[in-house]
Amino acid sequence: MSESDVTRDGVRGARPGREAVTGDRAGRRRRRGGRGERPVVPEAEFGSYYGLPVISKPPWEPLDIAGYLYLGGLAGASSLLAAGARLTGRPGLAAPALTAAAGAISLSLAALVHDLGRPARFLYMLRVCKPTSPMNVGSWLLAAYAPLTLTAAATGVAGRYRLLGAAATAGAAVLGPAVATYTAVLLSDTAVPSWHEGHRELPFVFAGSAAGAASGLALAVAPAGQAGPARRLAVLGTALELGAFHTMKRRMGLAARPFGQGRAGLLVRTSELLTAGGAVLGLCSARDRRLAVAAGTALLAGSAALRFGVFHAGVASAEDPAYTVLPQRERLEALASRP
Amino acid sequence: MTEGADRGGNALYGPQPDVSGAAGCPDAPPRVGFFTDTSVCIGCKACEVACKEWNAIPEDGLELTGMSYDNTRGLGADTWRHVAFVEQSGPFGGPEAAPDGAADVDVFAAASRLGTGPGPARTAFPVTPDGRTELRWLMSSDVCKHCTHAGCLDVCPTGALFRTEFGTVVVQQDICNGCGYCVPACPYGVIGRREGDGRVWKCTLCYDRLGVGLEPACAKSCPTESIQFGPLEELRERARERVARLHAAGVTDARLYGESPEDGVGGAGAFFLLLDEPEVYGLPPDPQVTTRDLPAMWRHAAAAAVTLAALVLGSCARRKR
Ligand code: SF4
Ligand code: SF4
Repeated sequence: MSESDVTRDGVRGARPGREAVTGDRAGRRRRRGGRGERPVVPEAEFGSYYGLPVISKPPWEPLDIAGYLYLGGLAGASSLLAAGARLTGRPGLAAPALTAAAGAISLSLAALVHDLGRPARFLYMLRVCKPTSPMNVGSWLLAAYAPLTLTAAATGVAGRYRLLGAAATAGAAVLGPAVATYTAVLLSDTAVPSWHEGHRELPFVFAGSAAGAASGLALAVAPAGQAGPARRLAVLGTALELGAFHTMKRRMGLAARPFGQGRAGLLVRTSELLTAGGAVLGLCSARDRRLAVAAGTALLAGSAALRFGVFHAGVASAEDPAYTVLPQRERLEALASRP
Repeated sequence: MTEGADRGGNALYGPQPDVSGAAGCPDAPPRVGFFTDTSVCIGCKACEVACKEWNAIPEDGLELTGMSYDNTRGLGADTWRHVAFVEQSGPFGGPEAAPDGAADVDVFAAASRLGTGPGPARTAFPVTPDGRTELRWLMSSDVCKHCTHAGCLDVCPTGALFRTEFGTVVVQQDICNGCGYCVPACPYGVIGRREGDGRVWKCTLCYDRLGVGLEPACAKSCPTESIQFGPLEELRERARERVARLHAAGVTDARLYGESPEDGVGGAGAFFLLLDEPEVYGLPPDPQVTTRDLPAMWRHAAAAAVTLAALVLGSCARRKR
């Protein structure tokens, strides 16, 4: 576990705030006015059981689940974009968006099933209807959305059954935004501190990120003359994502820290750069194909990096008992000090 | 989708006197649970062994952690009872120290006096020259809390996790598809996905034994009655008395954990008497069932979805031609 020694004076060499010798360093120490203890990092002062995590981290593969979040967002927003493009007479924009939605949702379903411990039982998700389970709600959502998306794309490619195609496109556009945002609830409805504490803003972060991804894909493949909505959506989506993310981190207290540290921190910073850069680049890309492709790629990569960053931040917050114990301690102390 | 909010305040959190009834089981027997009194736990791990034996839980590695006598580490798919060992060096509250000659004290005599009379009890712990106790061990047998509002059960998408007629929370192994959602949803880190098997497993409070009127294997095997099984209301009563007795005996650190229906999970079906802060034993100090905030989550997700739709349609609005 740790390189610590147990001596007559207690445990030496253990990481501060981590060892089980807690009676005199957690609540007790403060109550007694502090005896001559070795200094600890003040904000990390808390008791724990040998530094072991309190909650369990999700048993999910990052590639499967972060990929699932990303592709779901890409699909949902693409469906919307396709419907909007179709309504406003931009077939060159609608066609790739429809295909993107169909491809992304198929891949995302594959990722979800792949991550099950018993993939053969994936249909058990639909044996009940349970609003308290975001994964159940999501399964129903996808069960309705995926066929619509595939129908819309297939009729588009085949160029036949136009009415059916239009209906499917409209249906997918109605469900699309839910597909893109419910995944935030999926993460938040856990005991994982960095996911749960962001439950108010995370859906908006994911909505913005989904808009970024869908506009990125459209920018990269649609003819420049019809890509105007994608350029505007890239800017709006990026603004929503960055704004909501900022608010979220400000409001979630200690649980915001994993978003700025380690692998998650790197991913989040990369995502911010790529997304903001992609949106700006996209604005200047009306006349330059190569610029549009670069902007689109940056937006797509930025959105993916965000989902992986959020995923890893949550895992990091589950692995370190500090994120579970300290805010709960604070809450208890705040309660106790209230008259 | 925000139905949870309308289903009466106590569907998702707060006190819920009739868990089985609320889960759709009329005429249920009284809710049962565990009261684990850690003040008498001797760390023998009989409960861990009995649980593994009775429930035929597979072996999950024979490693030495090197951190204490605890080589199990924590609860999971293959550990449904876990005995925590905490070594602490003083100074401590608790029983007053004997003046000197501590080495000669008859510990059995001292133990038999503990908590019997009014006033502070004397004890046999080794003492430092200034009269303070120097080291103590806290041992505690942890288990699934069988929460009144169980996060694992709420989020399970297949309905594999369900509420039994005894008010406990059990996984139906023929239904679980191994999505693993319940794992991070548990505020105590109890439930786990088993390698190779793919499904999740946790304490069933010996559902099979309860069905035929037996007590769970761990409680049966516990030599000190640290693990007590019974109707929850009765256990709560007994626990409150025990704390009062310990306080009177000078063990002022004794406290109950998880017994209050007012807490963040609506009260645990398996609760504890602890001698230090919960986090020292690896327990969360103020756990909350995550679905408490679910109505707010759905509302925010709905608002975000509308925002997304507005952004996309707004971006498309300016007509090209
Ligand atoms: S302790 Fe965890 S696994 Fe047990 S009932 Fe509560 S939420 Fe479920
Ligand atoms: S892993 Fe099994 S028990 Fe847990 S939430 Fe998924 S289906 Fe339910």
